[in-house]
Amino acid sequence: MSSATLTSRLPWWLSPLTVAVVLGGFGIYSLWVAFSNSSYLVEPYLSPYYSPLLVFNWWPFSPAILILWIPLGFRATCYYYRKAYYRAFFWDPAACAIPERRGDKYRGETKFPFVMQNLHRFFWYLALIIWAILAYDALKAFDFNGQFGIRLGSLIFLLNAALLGLYSFSCHSFRHLIGGRLDCYSCSFSARTRHKAWEGVSLINRHHMLWAWLSLFSVALTDLYVRLLSWGVLTDMRFF
Amino acid sequence: MAETSKLTLRVWRGDPSGGKLVDYQVPREPGMVVLDALHYIQANAAPDLAVRWNCKAAKCGSCSAEVNGRPRLTCKTRLNEFEGQDSITVQPMKAFPIIKDLVTNVSWNYEVAKKIPPLQTAETGSEPWIMHQVDIERVQEFRKCIECFLCQDVCHVLREHHKKNEFAGPRFMVKIASLEMHPKDTGDRLKFIKEEAGIGYCNITKCCTEVCPEDIKITDNSIIPLKERIADRYYDPARWLFRKITGK
Repeated sequence: MSSATLTSRLPWWLSPLTVAVVLGGFGIYSLWVAFSNSSYLVEPYLSPYYSPLLVFNWWPFSPAILILWIPLGFRATCYYYRKAYYRAFFWDPAACAIPERRGDKYRGETKFPFVMQNLHRFFWYLALIIWAILAYDALKAFDFNGQFGIRLGSLIFLLNAALLGLYSFSCHSFRHLIGGRLDCYSCSFSARTRHKAWEGVSLINRHHMLWAWLSLFSVALTDLYVRLLSWGVLTDMRFF
Repeated sequence: MAETSKLTLRVWRGDPSGGKLVDYQVPREPGMVVLDALHYIQANAAPDLAVRWNCKAAKCGSCSAEVNGRPRLTCKTRLNEFEGQDSITVQPMKAFPIIKDLVTNVSWNYEVAKKIPPLQTAETGSEPWIMHQVDIERVQEFRKCIECFLCQDVCHVLREHHKKNEFAGPRFMVKIASLEMHPKDTGDRLKFIKEEAGIGYCNITKCCTEVCPEDIKITDNSIIPLKERIADRYYDPARWLFRKITGK
């Protein structure tokens, strides 16, 4: 049986239910991490939920809250996640060709709050800064008191930064900004260069959903690894 | 010789006043598609069964219907996909008014097509256009469209929310994208796309892409790029300020 046939035979509710459970579980875990305000730093590892670490006297709450609105906004307005949560949580539609209840009251993304989805590119700009900091954190994860080393945590941080990079640079808004907005690619040297860049982004954009999920898991797992080290449940395996 | 197995085809029969599913027995033959089964019914059981079809090669876009509730071309849907099932259901496209049996009135689509501002080009004198492949290949994907209207049928904005007055639908987002991204086009359709074609109604749940028999990446390659062009014009304060200052 082909995969397409198999997929068509699965019940329609399986996909939105899976997304609801996984995204909901990630949301609950993230809320707990954000408000826990502890166990997020084991040198040289800093949980991605708390990076960059912004500690101010005037801010009595968890520093994660100062950061997390950026990746949250980036993912919430992401073209892939929109599909996922419109289907899983709003049932609009729950699956293709499945009856809905809302009838003629549907406004799509024409009215508040969903018209705010058009701000995706601005969250992308901010998320890019966060990604650059997380990439720096990944490099720091190879620095053990001034000595270069490779431990399991180093590789986890590197993988997390790589997956977040693939997710960020396969973004549809970036694909548009880098070259999608042009109509004539042969008209100038700049346009030809941007066409090459657009082709490269298009290549990874085809798997944007994959990068979205993998980077979501990698962020949670990287944080969990730091926590388990902090609690003494794990020891950081040393390779080099 | 082994006896040919039978399949029950539950076909919607009726007209604008109403209808019901009627069961027909058809033989399962190797290579048979749903349209073959419908033709078998026409030839052997119900000569008055109305089915629109033409090429039987998935290129004319005429034989669109809903097989087991999923919008599909009946000429491209093989019966062996349903092995292990005793029956399959064939119904007309839900998004369009019924004419008779499996035939629907899709003329609303042609009315929408008329509203789209056509290709506009700058005066180039008598010199012929020189089209570079690098400029035209993005648009070529959109030209694969066979106008089967399966994407219109599955689009929940049209199908469930009945927004035919507000939203042009995915087929015409593809059409508009093919004009907007055309290297020789000088037209500006952004106001049209936002206000008349109603692109904001699309919440990019990708059902149109899932059912497209030509594998056009409708959402990723036409709707989302158009939404980004709308964001450029209407939702980007930096660009708005730049335009105000420079007048560009």
